[in-house]
Amino acid sequence: MGGVPLLRRGGRAGLGLLLPLLLAIGWEIAVATGLASGRLLPPPSRIGATLWELAASGDLWMHVEATLIRVGLGFLFGAAAGILAGALVATIPVLRWLVDPSLQALRAVPSLAWVPLFILWFGILETPKVLLIAVGVFFPVYVGVSGAIASVDRKLVEVGRIFRLSRPALARRILLPAVLPATLVGLRTGLGLGFLFVVAAELMGASEGLGYLLVDGQQFSKPDQIVAAIIAFALVGKLADMALVTLTLPLTRWQDTARDSL
Amino acid sequence: MLVIDDLSKTYADGTRALEAIGLSVKQGEIVALIGGSGCGKTTLLRLIAGLDQASRGFVQVDGETIAEPHPSVGVVFQEPRLLPWLNVADNVGFGLSGLGRSERRARVTHALERIGLAEHGGRWPRELSGGQQQRVAIARAFVAQPRVLLLDEPFSALDAFTRKGLHDQLLDLWAESKPTIVIVTHDVGEAVTLADRVVVMRPRPGRLDETVAIGLARPRDPVAATYEEAVRRVLAALDHSLRPAAANRPPAPETRASWW
Repeated sequence: MGGVPLLRRGGRAGLGLLLPLLLAIGWEIAVATGLASGRLLPPPSRIGATLWELAASGDLWMHVEATLIRVGLGFLFGAAAGILAGALVATIPVLRWLVDPSLQALRAVPSLAWVPLFILWFGILETPKVLLIAVGVFFPVYVGVSGAIASVDRKLVEVGRIFRLSRPALARRILLPAVLPATLVGLRTGLGLGFLFVVAAELMGASEGLGYLLVDGQQFSKPDQIVAAIIAFALVGKLADMALVTLTLPLTRWQDTARDSL
Repeated sequence: MLVIDDLSKTYADGTRALEAIGLSVKQGEIVALIGGSGCGKTTLLRLIAGLDQASRGFVQVDGETIAEPHPSVGVVFQEPRLLPWLNVADNVGFGLSGLGRSERRARVTHALERIGLAEHGGRWPRELSGGQQQRVAIARAFVAQPRVLLLDEPFSALDAFTRKGLHDQLLDLWAESKPTIVIVTHDVGEAVTLADRVVVMRPRPGRLDETVAIGLARPRDPVAATYEEAVRRVLAALDHSLRPAAANRPPAPETRASWW
């Protein structure tokens, strides 16, 4: 049963690549034949060469590393805070009535609006950058965790009561596995937002990082560097997402079996 | 010995769910509670299980009063309620965390064999059919070796063929350790197939009405004249419980229709 849809899916993915490939080749030809200057949008070959140069000189890795450290730290703090706040708010009603409305209001603030305030408070070094990313990561994780805990099946909790599980055992053997899938979805969304926000954070002033490559490319009119940085962002973000999914896959295998057998 | 005395449950809004229930069940006896919806069958079961608190009266198992879930009392719910993140074997052994690994494995393996799922220990609950899942739930209750086992309409979601097979397996497991069983059902055939005694309940407030002793040897033959006769006696008792008592409103016609 698995073979035919898989093949069809592979075929569709290939079909999806067709349009960008055609456009890239078309643009390459247009610039090569002098139909277009390629000054504002360099042809793929030049972007590739720039990317290669950056990689060969080691600059690319330095920038990737700087960006990854920021996202990593922001993700760590934001996710930890989100899990903690989500768990507390979902389990303590008073806290929910007290804190949740404020958090929901803050969630509605476009996160870039914090940038000036953070710069004012923390300067332009690493602190405001990591903090901004953490804010971006916090909310999806918070919403995911608190929602998951609130919707844990009471009937399964009752099974725990029948077998007289202590409160810690109930948390470990029933609540934790029950909220894990939604928590992981929250973490994944959070990681995606982390990469979104690291750009904003690095745009506010940085001397390294992929975001810096963007600003630098704009200021010195190097569109090939801008596009190279965009491609690097896409690759790094995708790889980080894949790493997160792969690392957490064993935890939700009981859920994924259904998807596998489709 | 399961003893229920003067057991009453009134909810905070004043609804009287159960009124002065008194029932004694010998060790190893199977009692079926039967009646229409709203007569407190599930409420009674939850009180015996210690999942809810009685407003008055008490439940005792071997002289010990039940106020919260107790190791001697096992429950099989209407839905299987398996933990989806544990495989079948781990679900069966869920309540055995106090035991050593080898003892736990031995009990789980034995139970899986008895319910015909020996090959399925490593599968996820969602890969099983509804009937198989309910068998796992029954095994999970039995491996804890309860003195009293409570079943709340455990087969109501299953088709007649599956149900028949599960009756046999339930009786098989019961014959091994002879726990006291209280099973809630609204299926007269199921009650007569399984129970030594069928207790009919009346609604608003929930009370015990007539008791029908079945007194047939096991295994029971559903086409035997004695079986037919037992079914007729339970139906008669049910019919009688629908007649309004002196102070009661007449029963609504739709409750009458929903029974069999």
